[in-house]
Amino acid sequence: MMCDLAMFLGEQVKVMNGVEGFMYPNEIGLQWSVLIVLYPFITGLVAGAFILASLERVFRVEAVKPTYRLALLTALSFLIVAPLPLQLHLGHPERSPEMYFTPHSTSAMAMFGYVYLWYLMAVLVFEIWLDYRRDIVLLSQSTKGPVQWIYKVMTLGSDNISPRSLHIDEKVGWIVTLIGIPSAFLLHGYVGFIFGSIKANPWWSSPLMPVVFIFSAMVSGIAGVMLIYMAMTKLRGQKIDIRCVDTIAMYLFYIFIIDFSLEMLDLIHRIYEADESFRSLNFMVHTKLYVPHIVIQILLGTLTPLILLFITQLVKLPEQVRKRMYVTAGSLALVGIFAMRWNVVIGGQLFSKSFLGYTTYKMALVTKEGSLVAAGLTVLPLFILWALVKLLPPWTAEHVRQATTGD
Amino acid sequence: MSAFKDAGHLFRFAGLFVLAFIIFLVVRGYVVPRSFGQYGHYRGAAIGEIAARPVKFAGHETCETCHSDVLDVKSKGKHAHVNCEACHGPLAKHADDPSSVTPVKPDTAVLCARCHTASAAKPKGFPQVDPVDHSNGVPCETCHQPHSPAIEAAAAPAASAGGAK
Amino acid sequence: MNLSRRHFLVLMPAAAVAWKAVLAGTPEQAPNYKLSDHWWGMLIDVPKCIGCGNCVRACQAENDVPDGYFRTWVERYHVEDENMTNPEVISPDGGKEGFPVAKEDAGKYFFVPKMCNHCTDSPCTQVCPVGATFVTPDGVVLIDQKYCLGCAYCVQACPYGCRYIHPEKKVADKCTLCYHRITKGLTTACCENCPTGARQLVDLKNPKDPIHEFLKTHPVQVLKPQMATGAKAYYNGLDGSVR
Repeated sequence: MMCDLAMFLGEQVKVMNGVEGFMYPNEIGLQWSVLIVLYPFITGLVAGAFILASLERVFRVEAVKPTYRLALLTALSFLIVAPLPLQLHLGHPERSPEMYFTPHSTSAMAMFGYVYLWYLMAVLVFEIWLDYRRDIVLLSQSTKGPVQWIYKVMTLGSDNISPRSLHIDEKVGWIVTLIGIPSAFLLHGYVGFIFGSIKANPWWSSPLMPVVFIFSAMVSGIAGVMLIYMAMTKLRGQKIDIRCVDTIAMYLFYIFIIDFSLEMLDLIHRIYEADESFRSLNFMVHTKLYVPHIVIQILLGTLTPLILLFITQLVKLPEQVRKRMYVTAGSLALVGIFAMRWNVVIGGQLFSKSFLGYTTYKMALVTKEGSLVAAGLTVLPLFILWALVKLLPPWTAEHVRQATTGD
Repeated sequence: MSAFKDAGHLFRFAGLFVLAFIIFLVVRGYVVPRSFGQYGHYRGAAIGEIAARPVKFAGHETCETCHSDVLDVKSKGKHAHVNCEACHGPLAKHADDPSSVTPVKPDTAVLCARCHTASAAKPKGFPQVDPVDHSNGVPCETCHQPHSPAIEAAAAPAASAGGAK
Repeated sequence: MNLSRRHFLVLMPAAAVAWKAVLAGTPEQAPNYKLSDHWWGMLIDVPKCIGCGNCVRACQAENDVPDGYFRTWVERYHVEDENMTNPEVISPDGGKEGFPVAKEDAGKYFFVPKMCNHCTDSPCTQVCPVGATFVTPDGVVLIDQKYCLGCAYCVQACPYGCRYIHPEKKVADKCTLCYHRITKGLTTACCENCPTGARQLVDLKNPKDPIHEFLKTHPVQVLKPQMATGAKAYYNGLDGSVR
């Protein structure tokens, strides 16, 4: 089955503009670039980081408390950057307010504006504000210089940090986090639905798509926060809370298993049903997507971290070895999840809807949608995080404690 | 009441939302085009705008208003249903103001060959020739009158006047 | 031209007046055009298509279609030995300058013109986030290029590959069924210029439309019927190998 397609394409390999076989004339150039790969990756990190934060707040997993505030700030940094790849991609970004004024109710993409705004203001900013409010009020009184005005504005004019008000904050914050969990699923799940609801594209069209996106988002977010926590703690010269990291790694492992199972289910289902698109997609995965899909996403990005994490769950290894394995597994997981987004978005545009040919993605270096911009947008959230950590230190209480005990 | 006192900051936060929402509604009132929603979820005026675009091909009926003599010749031949602009190109400007645009006589070497070069891909009943075998570089209009291309039998020269100008 | 001077003096102004009326028409102003009176479609008669590419060139001229992008195009199929799942298909520059000469062999050849199918249940209008693309009350799928964001979601959603992003305007673009012509009583540029009548406009609300009659009396197909898009580009004589 694969042989005759290979032979057929071999006869037709007129590689003009990178096209093999036949593509509808308008399909030859890709519409959605690496920036559209980056967008779900970024919102995935947001959703995943938030889920990690909710582990402590809602599910009372005490062990991960050291990462609670950091996870929220990480989510916010990435969420601020999230609209940028979309704006750079649009033909008319100045018209994007139309999504707020006349959203089309049948379009999953129209949800973006409102879901984003809801998640940013009513969940993330609200929760961060509630958790930090005591520190904000204190800092608005103690800081000197122009930064003091930032804190003053953030207090919204209220300096009430009585125990009762803080208690109310705690209760309301709990509700916000609770609402935040389905909101996070919505923020990232709708992206999966954007792809999964396109009947024209058999690589995308699947009810599993939103679910796979959500679980892979959790993997990337949890891995991301774990790495950021370990890196930041090291940079601050502090001791990494190994119990915290062990717990995070355990959750990472289990969620990764679910994610991998879902992707395998999709694959097995496709191979078994072998509908009209299967031959073309199968050929694509074995040729054009071989490195990004088989090598990077599956072998390096999923199986390797799973095996590493499995070993750490099975055998009690020395702390130093465990930390190295977590860093490796976490980094590979992030690469694997990025590859997954790549394979979905780019892969879905490499084959013809006639199932008779393939094209190539020529990623430019310095254009508006090129690889330099993509790389820049990936690291930009880290700079924003650095600024947020300076403004709203996640470890203030720790500093105070250490200062008084003279550590 | 004391509960509200300690929750004052929450009301301020909520207040921001309410204010933002009001501003949003006001801006929306100004920005959304008036005809939006007239026929459905789109700007109704777009229909008229698109329909008002300029026409480039006049359409054979317009050509025939003036060029009825050509129509008389063409309607009896094999090219009866080949419309004027299919060979002569878009001529709405000419129809609008005939003296302003003089239609260029098409190059038969390219034009006729496009349809009539023999290919296994074309329908079997369609008249097609190998240009080299058939005429070997001699221009098509030497023997064929494009408006009525059939070459009458040499035995009836008078009847061929229907094709000549 | 054999027109006598007298004929010319009479016909010229008459033609000019008639033409001005045609040019001036918009759906609201055109004397007899009511949106609800029409439901447009197209008939494509595959056995009649000779692959001359006239339609592609005419469309480009009428609608200023940029080079390398196609509002309509022609595909040439070569099906060998009844192997319907493995046709050899080419569309050199959309078929704009015709096709290379094919050598006689055991397989069958035919040409398939493609265009926007002006679907009734159009997936492209379903996914537009802002309402920039829509189905008119008379059944034509149009794009409001003043409102379009250029997000290309509609391009992804079209199963037929008929949409593209205009390289200069940076908005979505596609066949408009020559809306600016059909609302003035003219036919589309592609139908006007097809030498064999392989493409014919049809008004599905007009009982006297001969093409409508054809559709009612002949077996016709649409592309990708399993997508249930309500496509209104009907194909006569469509082979099972056509994608």
